[in-house]
Amino acid sequence: MRRRDLWRLAPVLLLGAAAAPQLVPDVSQRDIEIQYSFTGADLLLFGAIVYPDGNRPEKPADIVVVLKGPEQSITMREKQKVAGIWVNADRASFRSAPSFYAMASSRPIDRIVDERTAAIYELGVDKLQLSPSSLNDSAELSRFQEGLVDLRERSGLFVERPGTVEISDGVLYRARLPLSARVIVGDYTAETFLVQDGRVVAAAVRDITVRKSGFEQFMAVAAEKWSFLYGLTAIALAVGMGWAAGAIARRV
Amino acid sequence: MDLYLPIANLSVNALVIVGLGGIVGLLSGMFGVGGGFLTTPLLIFYGIPPTVAAASAASQVTGASVSGVFTHISRGTVDFRMGGVLIAGGVVGAGLGVLIFRLLQYLGQIDTVIGILYVLMLGGIGLLMAKESIQALIALKTGRRPQARKRRHHPLVAALPMRWRFYRSGLYISPLAPLLLGMATGILTMLLGVGGGFILVPAMLYLLGMTTQSVVGTSLFQILFVTMATTMMHAMTTKAVDLVLAMLLLIGSVTGAQVGTRLSMTIRPEYLRVLLALIVLLVAARMALGLGWRPDEIFTIELN
Repeated sequence: MRRRDLWRLAPVLLLGAAAAPQLVPDVSQRDIEIQYSFTGADLLLFGAIVYPDGNRPEKPADIVVVLKGPEQSITMREKQKVAGIWVNADRASFRSAPSFYAMASSRPIDRIVDERTAAIYELGVDKLQLSPSSLNDSAELSRFQEGLVDLRERSGLFVERPGTVEISDGVLYRARLPLSARVIVGDYTAETFLVQDGRVVAAAVRDITVRKSGFEQFMAVAAEKWSFLYGLTAIALAVGMGWAAGAIARRV
Repeated sequence: MDLYLPIANLSVNALVIVGLGGIVGLLSGMFGVGGGFLTTPLLIFYGIPPTVAAASAASQVTGASVSGVFTHISRGTVDFRMGGVLIAGGVVGAGLGVLIFRLLQYLGQIDTVIGILYVLMLGGIGLLMAKESIQALIALKTGRRPQARKRRHHPLVAALPMRWRFYRSGLYISPLAPLLLGMATGILTMLLGVGGGFILVPAMLYLLGMTTQSVVGTSLFQILFVTMATTMMHAMTTKAVDLVLAMLLLIGSVTGAQVGTRLSMTIRPEYLRVLLALIVLLVAARMALGLGWRPDEIFTIELN
């Protein structure tokens, strides 16, 4: 993850010697806490484009922001009809499927960059590099990738919002991206790309942490670490409540 | 009222879950069943991951059966010896269930197997109950007294070696028979999150030939302890018990169970049995359709 980010920044660093523009990004919340009332969050990603000597280019540049969650190693299964019932028949494994991916851009992505650039910077849910680890042919893999995108889009874990980045006076940009209530905890990254004439001329990354806090954190830890006590608590709770209800009902 | 479930990793409407528990509790109070056969499918339908649903439904069955067990103990209608053997079998069965669960998960067929098991179990028991309860209704209408069923156990049970006396059940049979029966229900509890009362009660009546008075109390006694053991095994192995979800379900179901118990005293048991048979058959039919229809989700994602 880290190494890949550095590699992505490499062209920017090289260009830096010549007077290249720079990005100064920020997010509205760097630390997102999942609490009992958590129903998702709305993140504001904003920042400034700094041009050397303040010279703005003739043609306005474009901004693409990408919010990415921790990568997961997953196995996907596909149901097919066998002997009248639907059963899991085909499978494929991917080593690096992002658990969350949201992208906003100032214009539709195919009008900002070409296919190749979009693939290199993973701009768009169909451009994610999932690193397949099973032996499927490419037609099968793309079918599975479409299935993954469809599932995650419907649960709000993959979001694409083309044309929603506002750029004011060519130097200040802002975009809103929704973080679904189903996100997992971990380290997220908010990447911002400045695109000029189909080339990425500047990029910057901000880290965001999503974590459970208070009671939710305690529960998650307890279930993992003290599973015997946790189970005992669940049983005691069930027996206690069942008994109490019976006792109350006898008096009423 | 949205509430975040810390283990299921999603937020749900708390009132919907409490209401769902309430309906299941109402049924369990009315019919004397655990109601797990309704909770698990309904939770899955609501969007809770299947493993979390099955694991948390087990603890709801515990809560729903507690007060029933106390009532039956005070009436002296629990055969502790029989119950003990059934529980021993149930705990072994739950352990086996964990292994089967893992194997099926590895093969990727857990959903299908759960679906087929539901259809077979509910369909079979539902038909049996419907046939019997309709016969009872006809007998009631025509005023004929139903012939007393000759109480005796299945010949296979008699063939098993080593015999024990079970006084309250009025039986002198091999403990292996209830042990095996307990194991079968234990496996079902682990896989489906159901108490297994559906299987247990008819099997105790028709296979073992127990006296009717002690059947319900003893099966509730077994269900109470086996669901407790199952909750523990889920907590230790799948780590999928969601305490917040279980709490919400319990609030609804223990209240519903008390209301249901009162309701059941005002309705004739013959009508109740027909109603229960219908509900069971409906759930079975819905699950059967689910297997044959093109599912909403062709793809499923599983973390490695």
